[in-house]
Amino acid sequence: MALLEIKDLMTVFDTAQGRIKAVDSVSLFVDSGETLGIVGESGCGKTMLALSILRLVPGIGKIIQGEILFSGNNLLALSEDEMRDKRGSEISMIFQEPMTSLNPVFRIGEQIAEAIKLHKKISAKDAMALAIRQLAEVGIPHPEKRARDYPHQLSGGMRQRVMIAMAMSCDPKLLLADEPTTALDVTIQAQILDLISDLKAKNQMAVILITHDLGVIAQTAQRIAVMYAGKIMETAQADKIFTNPIHPYTRGLIDSIPQAGISGAKDMPEFLKTIPGSVPSLYDLSPGCRFYERCSFADQHCALVEPPLEEIADNHFTACWKSAQLSK
Amino acid sequence: MAEILLDIKKLNKTYTISGTALNDKKRFIKAVKDVDLQIFKGETLGLVGESGCGKSTLAKIITLLEKPSTGSVDFQGEKIFEYKKDKLKQYRRKVQLVFQDPYSSLNARRSALSIITEPLVIHKIGDKVSRKKEVLELMAKVGLSEQQANRYPHEFSGGQRQRIGIARALILQPQLIIADEPVSALDVSIQAQILNLLKSLKNDFGLTYLFVSHDLNVIRHMSDRVAVMYLGRIVELAKNEDIYNNALHPYTRLLLSALPSRIAGKEKKFTHIKGEAAIDIEKGCNFQNRCTYKKEICSVQEPDLKEIETDKYCACHLAGQI
Repeated sequence: MALLEIKDLMTVFDTAQGRIKAVDSVSLFVDSGETLGIVGESGCGKTMLALSILRLVPGIGKIIQGEILFSGNNLLALSEDEMRDKRGSEISMIFQEPMTSLNPVFRIGEQIAEAIKLHKKISAKDAMALAIRQLAEVGIPHPEKRARDYPHQLSGGMRQRVMIAMAMSCDPKLLLADEPTTALDVTIQAQILDLISDLKAKNQMAVILITHDLGVIAQTAQRIAVMYAGKIMETAQADKIFTNPIHPYTRGLIDSIPQAGISGAKDMPEFLKTIPGSVPSLYDLSPGCRFYERCSFADQHCALVEPPLEEIADNHFTACWKSAQLSK
Repeated sequence: MAEILLDIKKLNKTYTISGTALNDKKRFIKAVKDVDLQIFKGETLGLVGESGCGKSTLAKIITLLEKPSTGSVDFQGEKIFEYKKDKLKQYRRKVQLVFQDPYSSLNARRSALSIITEPLVIHKIGDKVSRKKEVLELMAKVGLSEQQANRYPHEFSGGQRQRIGIARALILQPQLIIADEPVSALDVSIQAQILNLLKSLKNDFGLTYLFVSHDLNVIRHMSDRVAVMYLGRIVELAKNEDIYNNALHPYTRLLLSALPSRIAGKEKKFTHIKGEAAIDIEKGCNFQNRCTYKKEICSVQEPDLKEIETDKYCACHLAGQI
């Protein structure tokens, strides 16, 4: 059984202009010790999916359908108190902006110790000792001294390490990482990705890594789910997504990136392949496939009937009417 | 080589940070340090570096939005900081900027048409009818339709807003475009559209680009030559293919190795990448704390940007030996 299994999840926002389905009938699973990458452009619902798992959908958003099974228990059926126990202990999250997610007026050691005391019955002194050990674990030099620093005294990369130390402080089984390296420089990004994958291997933890960067995903994920306008378009093993993408959107995404990352790619085309148009508004989606306006394979059927997410090969799912034709 | 359009000589920019109530010692940040750089007519010069390396400050100095502490910039042989009145206005017409955030750089209370027309009004070019005709023609070239002319910035998507920003920069028929992270705020599928647009406009209008970005993939796709900046200094300058296939400076190599490889399924390890940019190094090479090749001389003497091979410049004592 998978550690986390999401079935037919729907998260909606009822606004004055109508209902937005930010997460639209998403089904997914993650196993322990596995990294699932969720990739998609801004507004595709990838962050809302993560917040739905933690039941932290903001404001007027609500989950109206589906199940989130964590070790077999439906998180959506838990009371608010029971859910609070899970957050930060069994399921942790790290965010894109490490400055805004730390409290500027408390020392970082205290902030980590606070998270530990919430979930474990230990003394303040032990909690601080544990916090310092966590800081050492994530590669912060002189952790005893650094624990007395305030967030503004640390660099962006160090702050993200502190966030990871806090997230890891209660040995979570599942880590949700929402664009953890987007605000960082490439050389710092490399170090943080390394750290996450080391901690994952050491603790047999499951990781859901959310990003818009296909390079980061390729590097870290074993399986990948591609999201577009609230729906999962394609999901498969990571190598399958890159070597044999089926969905026209996945293909378009991969083609639109300049190829410098591939070693030995010398003959670069003058112009990049692009996906024409832009992401549709979630307010007036067509009844059919939400990608059809930008798709070069689309026909009348695609415009009228929405394709279901179907298994087209072993563990390779796509939501496209043309997948049989495209997989040849 | 071709004609030099812009010649940057020994440029320095130091910012002073005043002390706090408890510590009144002033600190100095050298944002740009001894930069020598030529931009040739018709080329795309890529300027790459991590945050805080001074690439935007350099772009601001070239566009006269900041004054340098010392040094000079020549445009077609004339010193730009000595320009007065008419000459100054002419220079501003010939050198235009495209910004990173296409939303905050457009006036929210003006229509697309009015935003793109404004430079023509400021420079008193044409009359109402000819201006409108010219703007609509240019809008078509950057991929905006006539129906969109009267819409306001909030009615456009990010990519379309960037097209407006590009049209505004091009309407004065400039010679040099400084593009400061023009695609960093855009999604990948839109990013590709804008990069293609910038490339084809360059051919159509005979433009020269200074293309500033932190993204090595984008820089590689766009540039003829690449300058790598680290903590205010240019550490390497060479042709695009030399930088990406045969980098000389340890920092350039570090940057390239930090790029995700896109070979999926296998986790790539970055164990050799350590440390962060240090701003408090007073003596010697400013990369010494992260450099794996560090020798004694590196902590004593700051390396100059030297020509190591033809058209390959590098600021490293050990360039060519490692």
